[in-house]
Amino acid sequence: MQNSAEKYLRTEKLPHIWCPGCGNGIVLGAMVRAFEKLGCDQDNTVIVSGIGCSSRAAGYMDFNTLHTTHGRALAFATGIKLARPEITVFVIMGDGDSSSIGGNHLIHAARRNIDLTAVIFNNSIYGMTGGQYSPLTPTGSRATTAPYSTIERPFDLPDLARAAGATYVARSTSYHAAMLTKLITAGATHKGFSLIEAITACPVSFGRRNKMGDGYDMLMWQKEHAVPVEKAKDKTPEEMRGKFLIGELYKTEAPEYTDLYNQLIRKSQMISREE
Amino acid sequence: MAETAALARLMQGNEAIAEGALAAGARFFAGYPITPSTEIAEILAKKLPVLGGKFIQMEDEISSMAAVIGASLAGLKSLTATSGPGFSLKQENLGFAIMTEIPCVVVNVQRCGPSTGIPTATAQGDVMQARWGTHGDHPVIALTPASVQESYTLTVQAFNLSERFRTPVILLSEEVIGHCRERVVLPDISELKIIDRKKPPAGLARYNPYEPGADGVPPMANFCDGYRYHVTGLTHDESGGPTTDAEKAERLIKRLNNKVMDHLDEITMTESWMTEDAEIIVIAYGATSRSAKRAVKMAREVGIKAGLFRLITIWPFPVKEVTALCRQAHTIIFPELNLGQLIGEVERAARNETNVVGVNRVTGEMITPDEILNKIKSQVKVEQHAE
Ligand SMILES: Cc1ncc(C[n+]2csc(CCOP(=O)(O)OP(=O)(O)O)c2C)c(N)n1
Repeated sequence: MQNSAEKYLRTEKLPHIWCPGCGNGIVLGAMVRAFEKLGCDQDNTVIVSGIGCSSRAAGYMDFNTLHTTHGRALAFATGIKLARPEITVFVIMGDGDSSSIGGNHLIHAARRNIDLTAVIFNNSIYGMTGGQYSPLTPTGSRATTAPYSTIERPFDLPDLARAAGATYVARSTSYHAAMLTKLITAGATHKGFSLIEAITACPVSFGRRNKMGDGYDMLMWQKEHAVPVEKAKDKTPEEMRGKFLIGELYKTEAPEYTDLYNQLIRKSQMISREE
Repeated sequence: MAETAALARLMQGNEAIAEGALAAGARFFAGYPITPSTEIAEILAKKLPVLGGKFIQMEDEISSMAAVIGASLAGLKSLTATSGPGFSLKQENLGFAIMTEIPCVVVNVQRCGPSTGIPTATAQGDVMQARWGTHGDHPVIALTPASVQESYTLTVQAFNLSERFRTPVILLSEEVIGHCRERVVLPDISELKIIDRKKPPAGLARYNPYEPGADGVPPMANFCDGYRYHVTGLTHDESGGPTTDAEKAERLIKRLNNKVMDHLDEITMTESWMTEDAEIIVIAYGATSRSAKRAVKMAREVGIKAGLFRLITIWPFPVKEVTALCRQAHTIIFPELNLGQLIGEVERAARNETNVVGVNRVTGEMITPDEILNKIKSQVKVEQHAE
């Protein structure tokens, strides 16, 4: 890694806690490169995370970092952003963290279109607790709590976020790390609620149980199953079966929550002067 | 005097809490509607933006508690207000605020439980939940107003204690106080004693966010005010980083508790009424203390040496004060609007040396002065009758 990106890491906290083959380090690397591209002011940026393997990433980043409770990162982040809108806020969550226990906060942060950049480390499983199925585990996968394989249907996280009101939605993988950096950078530049799903590998708790091989094999799986949005246009539904889209999936403009709140402050002050 | 009189108003308890919060300097509220606390949110929704503050109605009580902690970490004095079911939902993040030492105020206007119970009826059923509702060994500061006036002053006090000790403070009101309208005299804000969190000096080569001062309280830098640091609910060392080191874990948990227990003189608030020569002492808190006062007065009128000791701070429990009373009186009467919760603490303080008798009710109505008086009378020793 280039030295200029390294300044965004608390190198004294390394090595990290993640297992060999885990993709979280690649996602962390993509985030750090995005910080560099953005020229993030370390003293004016907050990283909030939930609970899970992925959420430990916050502790390795040299910003004001807040490692919260399972599922609640977006709610803490909402408090920070609303209190001090001038602060740039990134939120790191796992798939279970963001879509199961924190699903309600996810849809409401999206609905408010509050200016947060959420990066979701989707390893298709509950990593920290040892491999239980999550709302993003593909149907038919095995997990410690799905010994006969899961019968539940997964969310499509970008679809969910878009339907809930997010104004920037993207997806990439740890294989497509450069694209991931680009998307995180674009999401952070976008004013409003941005969600970037990062597909990452958990060979120990997901791959092994589902015969997907090691970390390298899982990266290759990502390479083979991800289809960039531009290329998907030319593909038939038949060709897209079992594949997933990556790239910028949705982008629109809508009033941002803290901007609206500042307008509300002025309105309330005008009304109170009149009273 | 004329000036103060101008500030006398008829006010609801919940309104007094909202006013007290603003006076204390609160500029952030996050909450979720629930009877009988909702007026606090409604009033602050109106008043906070006028002052440049922020109000947000969150998607539930869990996120409300989270947002309040986030806002406080960003530097705004923050509060949330709720009742029974909502107080249950706040517990996990309340523990997070205790562990990470982020000041904030949590108002619980108690209602009849368990579960949805009787939402519009009063109770004192959450006193043990306030103490032990969140998991693990932790300190709690909880204050119980007995009037609308006190709803105001104790809200200010709750913020002060919370900033002083870097810990959430629970204001345990009750439906009957929250919805009661009484005359209050609001002090001039400039006369109020307001405490703000102690900050670290600027320009430190290294800021350790959990390195305590001599009083056990670490100076607190707000996020993005110059120092970069990590905050986690994991057991952490003084640098803020997670640790599983046994010694460091013990040091943290003991410090969290001791920073409160070593300063009881700043936290414990009680009030005595006619206790000097009392042989039967009624100990009460919150709205029940008002019935108790009336009962003591009636007892005195018939020649019974009764007195009232009112707990304003219920957590930490005023053990020293209550133990002293237990030595003095032959009987302690402890009315509370539950089946007997805080009485366990009184019994502990009495150490089996004094007769401790409860008066309880779970009907959603207040305990009447007569009920307490009857209990006082039933405990009068025969010799005293003969006098
Ligand atoms: C309230 C609560 N429930 C459960 C847990 C236990 N827990 C810790 S991490 C986790 C799941 C993590 O999975 P995910 O969010 O997908 O993140 P990953 O570890 O895979 O990165 C769970 C269930 C917890 N810490 N808190």
